[in-house]
Amino acid sequence: MSPNFNDLLAGVKREIDEIAPREVQAGLAGPRNFALLDVREKDEWDQGHIDGALFLPRGFLEVKVEKLLQDKDQPVVVYCAGGVRSAFAAKSLRELGYRNVRSMAGGVRDWKDLGLPLVVPETVDKDRMARYSRHLLIPEVGEEGQLKLFKSKVLLVGAGGLGSPAALYLAASGVGTLGLVDDDVVDESNLQRQILHWTSSIGTPKTDSGRRTLFEVNPDVKVRTHNLRLNASNVEEVFASYDVIVSGSDNFQTAYLVNDAAVLLDKPVAYGSIFRFEGQASTFIPHRGPCYRCLYAAATPPELAPSCAEAGVLGVLPGTIGMIQATEAIKLLLGIGEPLAGRLLVYDALEQSFREFKIRRDPECRTCGENARIELADGPDAMCATG
Amino acid sequence: MSVNVKIPTPLRSLTAGRGEVAVEAATVEEALRKLDAEFSGLAERIFDENGEVRRFINVFVNEDNIKDRDHLATAIRTGDTISILPSIAGG
Repeated sequence: MSPNFNDLLAGVKREIDEIAPREVQAGLAGPRNFALLDVREKDEWDQGHIDGALFLPRGFLEVKVEKLLQDKDQPVVVYCAGGVRSAFAAKSLRELGYRNVRSMAGGVRDWKDLGLPLVVPETVDKDRMARYSRHLLIPEVGEEGQLKLFKSKVLLVGAGGLGSPAALYLAASGVGTLGLVDDDVVDESNLQRQILHWTSSIGTPKTDSGRRTLFEVNPDVKVRTHNLRLNASNVEEVFASYDVIVSGSDNFQTAYLVNDAAVLLDKPVAYGSIFRFEGQASTFIPHRGPCYRCLYAAATPPELAPSCAEAGVLGVLPGTIGMIQATEAIKLLLGIGEPLAGRLLVYDALEQSFREFKIRRDPECRTCGENARIELADGPDAMCATG
Repeated sequence: MSVNVKIPTPLRSLTAGRGEVAVEAATVEEALRKLDAEFSGLAERIFDENGEVRRFINVFVNEDNIKDRDHLATAIRTGDTISILPSIAGG
């Protein structure tokens, strides 16, 4: 007669070694020489697991364990809810060549009965899982990264050509709070490139129009509107609560003010600017890389800067540059990849070329140099407004 | 030495729309002066009254800023690319 489940379990338990929860706890308190493996399902893990455990559900154990635990001489303790699944898991691990495997007797049930602690991980709740599933699949983002994005705050200076695509994608990505700074109203001539604003928004403040569109893109995102022009007396207050600044204003005065305030408040800046077919982008991380003023010590004076209203701009150009800024912002928030710090990226739409230049900190920079003393100041009026 | 000079969009009105011009020169300064001989008005846009590169313009040889090398005296070799990059403010 073939054995039933109880016979099978009894047989497995005879083959494997068990360890009591108290002993596991003592082992975790000292210098740890064993790996602790939780073989339950995701929802069980999310409800609470032992701190320091690795998560590998029983169903994937044999398939994935050799990648997770490469040293087969390292002792392994396996646990589940009550000690049954972990017993079978321990047997499998032994068969895979792990030399020192024990199953925690009584599992999480006995662990809890002893009053021992569990940690409850923060998770992306179920109704939001689907929206961000393609992020959750990337190891560099994953659940932890997505939760970071939820908690992040990004300020977009300028809800125009550059700010539009950046805001749309940052909202779609699930950045928790987006701030929009702009004192302009939507004009028909904006619509050729400022895709945050639609025909029905002509005449309304860009901040209101932007908030409306972003809500349609992703209602999870909190949008804060700053319907004002940044100046020396309001910039610190506006910047204070944000993690990253996306600098996409349409004038030098604001670009320098953003730079100086960002250095003063130690906020990284994803910078971009555009002219006809050409765009420039860089990431300025205060005191760790050059700032905007290290790169350009002074603004192009009005007599040499062609009026932007005359100069024009290719409608799709700010899309390309704004997306580079948004990408930089996401990378900074997640702490992944190589930021565009110390590098100036120049895009030529006609050549369809990207060129990269090395830029360095200027020791004599008025904003971040050795003897810098930042005094926020309002410069002369904007000299180049593409609007 | 024959080098290519990349002309940024805001200065192309002075080069008949050309985005790249080849010149023979041994230093960055010589290259830019020769360019001005061909396309009058360029030098005035690039140099200040003391003959230095204006503070709102950066000049690069390949990927290096001439500020990090020998400024206008930076030597150039055949095949190098000089890029003139003025600050732009559109957004």
